Amino acid sequence: MSEPVTGISRQDVEHLAGLARIDLSDAELDHLAAELPAILDHVAVVQHAAGDDVPAMSHPLPVDNVFRPDQVRPSLSPEDALAAAPASEQQRFLVPKILGEQ
Amino acid sequence: MSDPTRMSADQMAHALSARELSSVELTTAHLDRIDAVEGSVHAFLHVDREGALATAADVDARRAAGDQLGHLAGVPIAVKDVVATRGMPTTCGSKILQGWIPPYDATITASIKRAGLPILGKTNMDEFAMGSSTEHSAYGPTYNPWDTGRVPGGSGGGSAAAVSAFEAPLAIGTDTGGSIRQPGAFTGTVGVKPTYGAVSRYGLVAMASSLDQAGPVSRTVLDAALLHELISGHDPMDSTSINAPSAPVVAAARRGELRGLRVGLIRELGGEGLQPGVRARFDEAVALLTGAGADVVEVSIPSLEYALAAYYLVMPSEASSNLARFDAMRYGLRVNPDGVTDPSAEQVMAATREAGFGDEVKRRIILGTYALSSGYYDAYYGSAQKVRTLLARDFATAFEGLDVLASPTVPTTAYPLGDKLDDPLAMYLGDIATLPANLVGIPGLSLPIGLADEDSMPVGLQLMAPATADERLYNAAAGLERLLVDAWGQPLIDRAPALPLQSNEAAS
Repeated sequence: MSEPVTGISRQDVEHLAGLARIDLSDAELDHLAAELPAILDHVAVVQHAAGDDVPAMSHPLPVDNVFRPDQVRPSLSPEDALAAAPASEQQRFLVPKILGEQ
Repeated sequence: MSDPTRMSADQMAHALSARELSSVELTTAHLDRIDAVEGSVHAFLHVDREGALATAADVDARRAAGDQLGHLAGVPIAVKDVVATRGMPTTCGSKILQGWIPPYDATITASIKRAGLPILGKTNMDEFAMGSSTEHSAYGPTYNPWDTGRVPGGSGGGSAAAVSAFEAPLAIGTDTGGSIRQPGAFTGTVGVKPTYGAVSRYGLVAMASSLDQAGPVSRTVLDAALLHELISGHDPMDSTSINAPSAPVVAAARRGELRGLRVGLIRELGGEGLQPGVRARFDEAVALLTGAGADVVEVSIPSLEYALAAYYLVMPSEASSNLARFDAMRYGLRVNPDGVTDPSAEQVMAATREAGFGDEVKRRIILGTYALSSGYYDAYYGSAQKVRTLLARDFATAFEGLDVLASPTVPTTAYPLGDKLDDPLAMYLGDIATLPANLVGIPGLSLPIGLADEDSMPVGLQLMAPATADERLYNAAAGLERLLVDAWGQPLIDRAPALPLQSNEAAS
């Protein structure tokens, strides 16, 4: 397993913020670019903890897929579901345009 | 009669069933206490006076009519603001959910309502439960009732402070890396993180789904057990819920048998780095256990060396994924970007998350996005998951021949507000003893064991047990609690300094 390049630049943080859909301000980018390397340095030790023979654990207890009977049961009314929406129209969530102009 | 808020929840329940007290009287006393001390504690984000009194009146009427009621019916409770409560605001301490009224109840909320506990309100917390001091709440910090210049711990500082300040006898907390147990230690209260899957997560706003677990906050071990029993059990709405009978925690809390109890002290959590007062109280508590006939040995969990690092990869990774749901489309805040006419959904989402999330949430989302991104996944998230396997193996070995493991809950007592706000790593380090239980899925309990000499602040002792053996925590903690209270001549919480009281006139 190859080790990732340690260190994280301001450009990296900007790219990550884009992936995470957060418009970070210049000051926030500066701050995180200064702060994240120390945290990443600390967490990088996990790479040396276990060999290839150790299985990954995604969950504390073994979990299997859980099914329920295919029966109709009460659910939210459209009014309840839409009550907290920033905007709605004709019993639907009203959202900004999905495609940008490129 | 004497102030009913000073009783334990169990005593309140007995007073109610003996008709010495009505639930309306008891609930009113707590609401009045909230009015009197909230100005200095700020444990609540929302107080539901009307709703709580309506439930109380209903319980009183049902009791008068001779209905069969559960033991805790009529005993008021506070609920952490990360738990969905139908018709009552649920903000998770975040601006992005300001004013959100859930259209449904979490399963634990439904259990509480069914059992007739008046819900006093919603308690303050670090935003989306990310933090260890409650300073990361978007609505201002909660103050430690023992010293209002200090933090109450976090993320559940509001629930712990409410119980510590006698604003509520019981509260619901949630614990992803110590958010119930660490505030318990800091405020001289009892807090329990049950076995992962013992309590339903349906209706909890998720931070890290493989680590999150709700549990009880109280002033006595028995009270915690009563609430634990009420909220635990299989829930078809949570596919990670354990489909087996709940642990017999109340019987264990009433037993408290220390003779022959086999206790392991975790070497890696007892050494350097402990504040002197934490070490002194811990050593005394261990001596009490030994004196009562417990067998105490030292055990080692070598992989604890990697636990903090693994936690601070698993948790932000899962959080960054879970918090993707806050996209400004179906609920919560929506902010349009400045200077953009007809913005796209993606631009609105990015502007909303910039405005709606605080610093710590952004930090963890970026960290998680990094750890999960292509080329880094195996090295970070994958390696962290392997550490969980190592920890699980080490704990299984350590538990061989033992009933419980013990350590200080936190290496220090509560620190002054602002002390660790600019040093996230220093704050993360305070979770070293609590987060392993989350990574492995085992239950943990924090019990107050005294005050540190250097600052007169509470110290907590943590007990851990194997998965689904939660009753062992209650048995051991109840036994130790009895010895401590006997030695002190009173419960520790009775030594908390009096809070300044605000009269209703002054508040309005």
